[in-house]
Amino acid sequence: LGLDILGGIAKALELIVSGDPDLYGIVYRSLFFSGTAVILATLWGTPIAMLISLREFRGKNLVKTFFNSLIGIPTVVLGLVLFLAFSNGGPLGFLGLLFTPGGIIIGEAILVTPIIISIATSAIEAVDPEIMNLAKTLGASESQASIAVLKEAVNGVLLSNVASFNRAIAELGVALLVGGNVAGLTDVLTTAISRYTARAEIPLAIALGILLMVLVFLINLTVLLARKTKMLLTVWRSP
Amino acid sequence: MQTWQKLLIVAALATIIVIAGTLVYFNNFAKRRLIIATTTSLYDTGLLDEIEANYEATHPVDINIISLGTGATIQVAENGDADVILVHAPSLEKTFLEEGWGVNRKVIAYNFFTIVGPSDDPAGIEGKTASDALKAIVAYGESLADQSGVTKIWVSRGDNSGTHTKEKSLWSAAGYNYNETLEEPWYASVGSGMGDTLNVASQKNAYTLSDIGTFLKFSKEGSISSVALLTEEKSLLNVYSVMAVNQTQPHTNTTYQINYADSMDFIKYLVSSETQQFITNFGKADYGQSLFTGAVQPLKDNAPQPIVQWIIDAAFFGGTECPPQYRNGYSELYG
Repeated sequence: LGLDILGGIAKALELIVSGDPDLYGIVYRSLFFSGTAVILATLWGTPIAMLISLREFRGKNLVKTFFNSLIGIPTVVLGLVLFLAFSNGGPLGFLGLLFTPGGIIIGEAILVTPIIISIATSAIEAVDPEIMNLAKTLGASESQASIAVLKEAVNGVLLSNVASFNRAIAELGVALLVGGNVAGLTDVLTTAISRYTARAEIPLAIALGILLMVLVFLINLTVLLARKTKMLLTVWRSP
Repeated sequence: MQTWQKLLIVAALATIIVIAGTLVYFNNFAKRRLIIATTTSLYDTGLLDEIEANYEATHPVDINIISLGTGATIQVAENGDADVILVHAPSLEKTFLEEGWGVNRKVIAYNFFTIVGPSDDPAGIEGKTASDALKAIVAYGESLADQSGVTKIWVSRGDNSGTHTKEKSLWSAAGYNYNETLEEPWYASVGSGMGDTLNVASQKNAYTLSDIGTFLKFSKEGSISSVALLTEEKSLLNVYSVMAVNQTQPHTNTTYQINYADSMDFIKYLVSSETQQFITNFGKADYGQSLFTGAVQPLKDNAPQPIVQWIIDAAFFGGTECPPQYRNGYSELYG
């Protein structure tokens, strides 16, 4: 009696190996929504990070603290806010985003933008200010000089992308409330796990859990390897 | 122009592409969308998945199912975010119709609630009526050595769903003030769907109210060890209804983009004799009994009794499933 966990895991592995189309549709949607959200958030966040880091203004630390604290916003709170905003009866209802893939993408992009802004701001600030001056001395315009700084900070921006992707693919609140967990349209790994558990379809839930863990692990491993390789290259180049 | 300004323009363009892309896709390229907000039991048992597949095979419509408790389902409909709702709380449905949120209600199916609990039944409720069973559970709760609130013997959905609404009415019928019962140390409220609630009740060796359909599914999958302890009686009847969401919001006269035509077509499909037969036969092979029974034919035949009379008493308003002032066309539904 009780839960047959080992049996569940065995069935889950069977589903993964057999290439169950429903299962991989969910994986595809998870990757697509989170990936697009991170691209969008990078586009929003980078110019804001440049503004914060390259300019001097009053309240700069307050702005940085503000974005830093938004990193930890509970996903279900953001999900609720967006659910109310995107509802047909809400202020942004005319956009037609509730229960759609576009809604999840925008929602997850909002969720991870503070991560991009915070990490990218630190990365740009860590670049030696001399680089900007040097570029200008060599005849670069203001915007060419800031691109030179951004190039130096690219590692930091990439790091923020990875952190954001991890957060987006593992979050539940926004995808569930804004997406509605519609099978085949807006269900992603996390929301589908919640659904299959509520439907006593435990092997499917376990299979999705395994795939989610594997994905997150692979992505982080790739980044680690990429950084290691780059470090080795640097060592190898230096005499 | 500075670099950050250029980048911001690119970001704005990308955002517009995502939003406009979503709008254009659903308006022009996707099949017509019919959003059904439903109570969890119809979805978690898998019944709606099969009805969806059958319907989509013969209609150029993409059904999107949002599974929530009845309370949340009604909220989503009032916000204009669903086209059709499937619910099982007649008292909430009555208010929904009276306030003008929905039209064309049809009773589609019924089954029975049951109280499930640990197989050794420490409160001794087996075979009792619902009222007596609740009294026995209270007595058992009060006799517990641990009154610190750690030991829970009753688990409630606590989510304003149809099942939760039924639970409240059962407590009052047994002579308890629900708001006081809620505060008892042995009473746990999980604020979650039926499946999660069954899981918690099973883990805690506690009792809970469940629709028979979800219970049978969980029981068969072996994820819970609880057993059903009560038999069919009038106060445990569970009636499912469908309603189309009104296009015009009653208070502000704002018009939502509700897919009314497809909603009504889907309602006609649900009450057709083929679908009704399908509902009654659903799960028989797997569970040895029906999870739901189609209600349309019994209401027409006025049999089997006394169940039909129970349905009328519990889920009809002024002698009809939908009073004339809450109908909008489609008179063939009420022949």
